[in-house]
Amino acid sequence: MKIVVCIKQVPDTKGGVKFNPDGTLDRGAMLAIMNPDDKAGLEAALRLKDEYGAEVTVVTMGLPKAEEVLREAMAMGADNGILVTDRVLGGADTWATSTTIAGAIRNLEYDLIITGRQAIDGDTAQVGPQISEHLDIPVISYAQNIKIDGDSVVVERQYEDRYHVVKAKMPCLITALSELNEPRYMTPGGIFDAYQKEITVWGRADLKDVDDSNLGLKGSPTKIAKASDKVRKGAGEKVTLDPDESVSYIVDKLKVKHVI
Amino acid sequence: MNLEEYKGVYVFAQQVDNEISSIAFELLGKAKDLAKDLNTDVTAVLLGSDVKGLADNLAEYGADKVIVVDDPELKVYRTEPYAHALAEVINKYKPEIVLVGATAIGRDLGPRVSARVATGLTADCTVLEIGDFPLQAIPGQEQKHNQLLMTRPAFGGNTIATIACPDNRPQMATVRAGVMQKIQPIKGAKAVVEEFNPGFTPDNKYVEILDVVKAVTDTVDIMDAKILVSGGRGVGSPENFKILEDLAAVLGGTVSCSRAVVDAGWKPKDLQVGQTGKTVRPNVYFAIGISGAIQHVAGMEESDIIIAINKDADAPIFDVADYGIVGDLNKIVPKLTESLKAEIAAK
Amino acid sequence: MDFMLSKEHEMARTLFKDFAENEAKPLAQEIDENHRFPRETVDKMAKLGFLGIPVPKEYGGQGCDPLTYVMCVEELSKVCGTTGVIVSAHTSLCCDPIQTYGTEEQKQKYLVPLAKGEKLGAFGLTEPGAGTDAQGQQTKAVLDGDEWVLNGSKCFITNGKEADVYVIFAITGTVEKRGKLSKEISAFIVEKGTPGFTFGTKENKMGICGSSTYELIFTDCRIPKDNLLGQKGKGFNIAMHTLDGGRIGIAAQALGLAEGALETTINYVKERKQFGRSIGAFQNTQFQLADMATKVQAAQLLVYQAAMKKAEYAKNPKVSYSVEAAMAKLYAAEVAMEVTTKAVQLHGGYGYIKEYDVERMMRDAKITEIYEGTSEVQRMVISSNLLK
Repeated sequence: MKIVVCIKQVPDTKGGVKFNPDGTLDRGAMLAIMNPDDKAGLEAALRLKDEYGAEVTVVTMGLPKAEEVLREAMAMGADNGILVTDRVLGGADTWATSTTIAGAIRNLEYDLIITGRQAIDGDTAQVGPQISEHLDIPVISYAQNIKIDGDSVVVERQYEDRYHVVKAKMPCLITALSELNEPRYMTPGGIFDAYQKEITVWGRADLKDVDDSNLGLKGSPTKIAKASDKVRKGAGEKVTLDPDESVSYIVDKLKVKHVI
Repeated sequence: MNLEEYKGVYVFAQQVDNEISSIAFELLGKAKDLAKDLNTDVTAVLLGSDVKGLADNLAEYGADKVIVVDDPELKVYRTEPYAHALAEVINKYKPEIVLVGATAIGRDLGPRVSARVATGLTADCTVLEIGDFPLQAIPGQEQKHNQLLMTRPAFGGNTIATIACPDNRPQMATVRAGVMQKIQPIKGAKAVVEEFNPGFTPDNKYVEILDVVKAVTDTVDIMDAKILVSGGRGVGSPENFKILEDLAAVLGGTVSCSRAVVDAGWKPKDLQVGQTGKTVRPNVYFAIGISGAIQHVAGMEESDIIIAINKDADAPIFDVADYGIVGDLNKIVPKLTESLKAEIAAK
Repeated sequence: MDFMLSKEHEMARTLFKDFAENEAKPLAQEIDENHRFPRETVDKMAKLGFLGIPVPKEYGGQGCDPLTYVMCVEELSKVCGTTGVIVSAHTSLCCDPIQTYGTEEQKQKYLVPLAKGEKLGAFGLTEPGAGTDAQGQQTKAVLDGDEWVLNGSKCFITNGKEADVYVIFAITGTVEKRGKLSKEISAFIVEKGTPGFTFGTKENKMGICGSSTYELIFTDCRIPKDNLLGQKGKGFNIAMHTLDGGRIGIAAQALGLAEGALETTINYVKERKQFGRSIGAFQNTQFQLADMATKVQAAQLLVYQAAMKKAEYAKNPKVSYSVEAAMAKLYAAEVAMEVTTKAVQLHGGYGYIKEYDVERMMRDAKITEIYEGTSEVQRMVISSNLLK
């Protein structure tokens, strides 16, 4: 079985987000990590590899620095890494991104494509389903508990208040939740091996069946009109009172606001 | 693509088990505002099996027109037949705007359909309005009017971006649940109902549903709570959360907590508010013994009323609190509970 | 001379840091308080290959260099000194001598499961009457047919009782040196569970409280003849050479403790307010931190240098890393003590309370000046090389 896992390098928002003085995001000041949902997707692929045997190829699109997440994926157990990088691909929205990645995947053989549900920088959850549309294969979003049954996959597809047990013929695309599993750590030896391996680097010319008009900033239907640091709510009143006064103060406020 | 051909504001009227989801009514409420600005009308797209009867329900919440695709293939949500149906509706009727709920269904359907009809999609919007793009005229660049401006948070709520889709139609957005306002339903309202069936030819993309398992949970999701009594490390011990639970009980609220409390093993992760926990927006948020690190604030600052109790007058929580009390939570909270009990009993 | 770490080493650090933060840190306070050996962490480390980092792949290890191993002990010790020493004692004091001196059979039988983490290792040299003076050994091994018979006891043994494989030193005779009789020492591999091998009291320590420190007792303990490690009579050299490597591990532990205390303190002084401003705004705090950081950095360079010298030795056994290891341990241990003490001071009253990590770090740091050769012994090693 051949599995393609799409991963993204994202700024780590865990320690808070840092901004430049002009209000734009200071990506340089934040650690770059493998997107958590993608890591869960990779873990799901590696478990299928452990259980059924599979060749796992990780694909990322980004700046040359994104090679790091491919190395990390290989240190966890992925077999091959492909970096899709080209100036003309920059500034892509989800449409242009999914077009690009689909163009790269068309060069590969695959039974299963796994993507993370969403990236912590954009939070859109759109690229996975859009790739599946470009490749004309079934998609199962929000997947947990992935099993292989002959030429099909059987997964639990999560909804707000239920899950569906869904069976789809391969090839098919699955988007994984970070709740799916606890991704494995790399191993020390795996890290050094990963750096011995070749990483395939593809540019615009290597993308199959894609039109220039659908790539990069120019090929993105959505345009940013405005981006800003979130305006935070200001401070209200602050009082220092003895306990009894504090209680009446709160009760009064709750009454004024019709909470009680 | 002739953009002028595209008219009308369309809403994907999500139904589950033949019951319209609340998000559909919220979207209709917003769609009415947008339609007014654009001088057009609101159409609900209802997909399902035996769902015709739900059209009136949509009319009551503001749909001028309902397009129904009624087919057994649409009985339970599956990406392909739904994407096919919605994409065909778009191809045939050419709407200017299509709104989809940012639900587990909508966030799967929206991207698949937008890719199929080759347009942009903005995810998880919290504000939608009609305006110009670019916002300010730029010399040498055409400023387009009457564009859908879609505002959405990113980076876990740390940034917001306003996005337009100026050169493609329809302009598509998924919209976060609980943000847009429904209208007061108009009893007896009727909409023009139009049936449309694009035909369904099952192929590999029509996945098979082997089972539907409904989750049974008895724990209250803190995201649904109207009143949250949230405790931080300052509460001191897991046992001492009892005083918070008592307060929550009196107000019909729920207890939540900060990350420090989860890290200390005092409370489970599903009660954690903040960037790595849940984002909440209750009517009242009590921050008790919570210092208010930015990661926590990111998860609760949208609350209507924030009441903070902390003994450290310099705690950053006071920067976001509407009402901040500097004092000892152990003395204040139990008395507050008693006082509220008396107030409520007196009513 | 290049002070830049390779990308591989940077990524390995990320791995160790993530593991330390997620797995070791949450337990650090509890195992200290309850004097509990963190078996669950050891099991997790075993699965990830942390217990065989510098062991070649053909013997079940990760095949990494000593620097990678040092970074592992360093990162673990940043959050938990106990976890750091468990790895250090296992790797440097048990895997390393078997890898260096063991026969192919011994390596297959013992090194492979040790490197895979299926078994845990320990090292028994110290005796009640033989600490710094290893010649004061009393434990004896006598060959009886196909078996060595061990009698005696060892004390202060790290990983004692928890370990499965022990490298033990015992007297196997006397030799005449310049007309004086001296003890002939040999090294042995002893498995837990061997009849006659029991454990005495568990030590109640000041620091590294989660580490299991036991007395080992040998009473007519019979082990196979083949469990002699290295040549008979070469035990003293084996012990000293093993300790050279061990010191790099302990230096890494000390370095980690100092770094952990420094990081914790930096975060604290930013948050803690006195007289209306954060205490980090006071020049005294700033100068203290500057000194602490500079010393930590210097310690790191010494420790990494020692690790790299050991890597050189792997290619050329004529290279000695004894002095570098002694300098690294001497300096890192003293820096650890100084930095953790200052960290407690900068925390004020909170620093003296167990809820705050620096309290534990200061107690943990003290042992690094004592075990695997006291600071005084390190000075002897360094100066004897200067004056030879």
